Amino acid sequence: MNGYNFAYLDEQTKRMIRRALLKAVAIPGHQVPFGSREMPLPYGWGTGGIQVTASVLGAKDVLKVIDQGADDTTNAVSIRRFFARTAGVRTTTHTAEATVIQTRHRIPETPLRPDQIIVYQVPQPEPLWRLVPSRAETRRMHALADYGVMHVRLYEDVARFGQVAISYDYPVMVNERYLMAPSPIPAFDNPKMHMMAALQLFGAGREKRIYAVPPYTAVRSLDFEDHPFRPSRAPHSCGLCGASDAYLDEVVTDDRGSRLFVCSDTDYCEARRAGAAA
Amino acid sequence: MSGDALLSARGLSLSFGTIPALVDVDADLWPGEMLAVVGESGSGKTTLLNTLSGRIAPDNGVVWYRDPAGHLHDVHAMPSPMLRRLHRSDWGFVHQDPRESLRMAVSAGGNIGERLMAQGARHYGDIRAQALDWLAQVEIDADRVDDLPRTFSGGMLQRLQLARVLVTHPRLVFMDEPTGGLDVSVQARLLDLIRTLVSRFGVAAVLVTHDIAVARLLAQRIIVMQRGRVVETGLTDQVLDDPRHPYTQLLVSSVLQA
Repeated sequence: MNGYNFAYLDEQTKRMIRRALLKAVAIPGHQVPFGSREMPLPYGWGTGGIQVTASVLGAKDVLKVIDQGADDTTNAVSIRRFFARTAGVRTTTHTAEATVIQTRHRIPETPLRPDQIIVYQVPQPEPLWRLVPSRAETRRMHALADYGVMHVRLYEDVARFGQVAISYDYPVMVNERYLMAPSPIPAFDNPKMHMMAALQLFGAGREKRIYAVPPYTAVRSLDFEDHPFRPSRAPHSCGLCGASDAYLDEVVTDDRGSRLFVCSDTDYCEARRAGAAA
Repeated sequence: MSGDALLSARGLSLSFGTIPALVDVDADLWPGEMLAVVGESGSGKTTLLNTLSGRIAPDNGVVWYRDPAGHLHDVHAMPSPMLRRLHRSDWGFVHQDPRESLRMAVSAGGNIGERLMAQGARHYGDIRAQALDWLAQVEIDADRVDDLPRTFSGGMLQRLQLARVLVTHPRLVFMDEPTGGLDVSVQARLLDLIRTLVSRFGVAAVLVTHDIAVARLLAQRIIVMQRGRVVETGLTDQVLDDPRHPYTQLLVSSVLQA
């Protein structure tokens, strides 16, 4: 496309982001500051993810973008079209075909491979942000691995509700060292991060932080010995493909209280239906 | 460092601008002993406490701490991870205002459990049991365990803070006017509680107070400070019954005899 560099960002910016990414990969779970650029979409729509994607994208890559698991929502469609225009890369909705997957709020149900990269859009990179008001203090706590206060939050949940009541953005310990916010993916997806074959990159545009989990890294969801981590999902099967192991969305279908539970991962659901039809 | 003191300060000096807050202060604290630091407002008591506990670095002088294995550590030369580990396990700090150290948005049980969890306790049932046990020790009803501290009275807050600090069985506790701002009957109850707990667990403590009666009740030894200097030190009863320095004499005679 005329007037734009490949994948929108100029090469110096990409270089700066790649340096941050290399540092992030070298220290799994550690938040690396970077000079976040203004992007042609509002904060909260994936400005961090889009910059990371722009920096790792090559001409031969195949891009998939999902938003809450779906390929056909506004955010996913616009970002996919953005890179199709500014980078001319091939795009896809099939998880297995993609080499770079930018995601908001989900990890695909299909297990990822070593040759794939998954880029998360992160609204809030600091897992301690609601507990400790000072960023200077949270940085010191990360440096000293002083994470007792996060368990106080879990304790409070168990004391009040009988279980840990965090259903998304469930805090994880990466490589037994850094406490990390996995971005607002459902706790259901947390186990997929553990020893994942693909490289996981996280970009927070407004907060100007990048972090990463290299392939085959231990990612442990925090819990208590007597209240182990339990990923939760709606106790139903998908109304379209019948999957009983996938994460489900609840869709209201009329104004008389009817509702339908369907896979939130649209590609997974379609593939299952196509497989059943064939 | 003399003998087998737990904490030992030599030649501490610190000034804030032109104001000398500490002038060549020496202090020793032996295991299981309570040392009171008394003096009027602005005499450097709290500064001394903060310096001893590593929260403020002195301009001159050194503070030695002897760990359970008998090794000596220079508190102000210690790497900060180690100092922080000390502060959340072997040491405790009791503030005058419990709101400074308590998490007001976290239940009483969570407040007591925090230090345990920071040390790696990961069994909810155990943490809960210890929280309940400590509530009982500081005479707070067990059914308040899930209440927020903001629903507690001032005396209860101070006792909760005590429980939160003592739950890890520290060897050394720094107390900054723990009875300040409480009414007399609550003060008496709290003093009684501090005395009981400190003797039950053999905790050594540095107690900053402006109240001579508190010092007499709790402390074995006393340091009297005036304008950043130690003017008199010795056994509490000795110093208070037979004060030598004019300032100590003034301090003792100014207390109303009830």
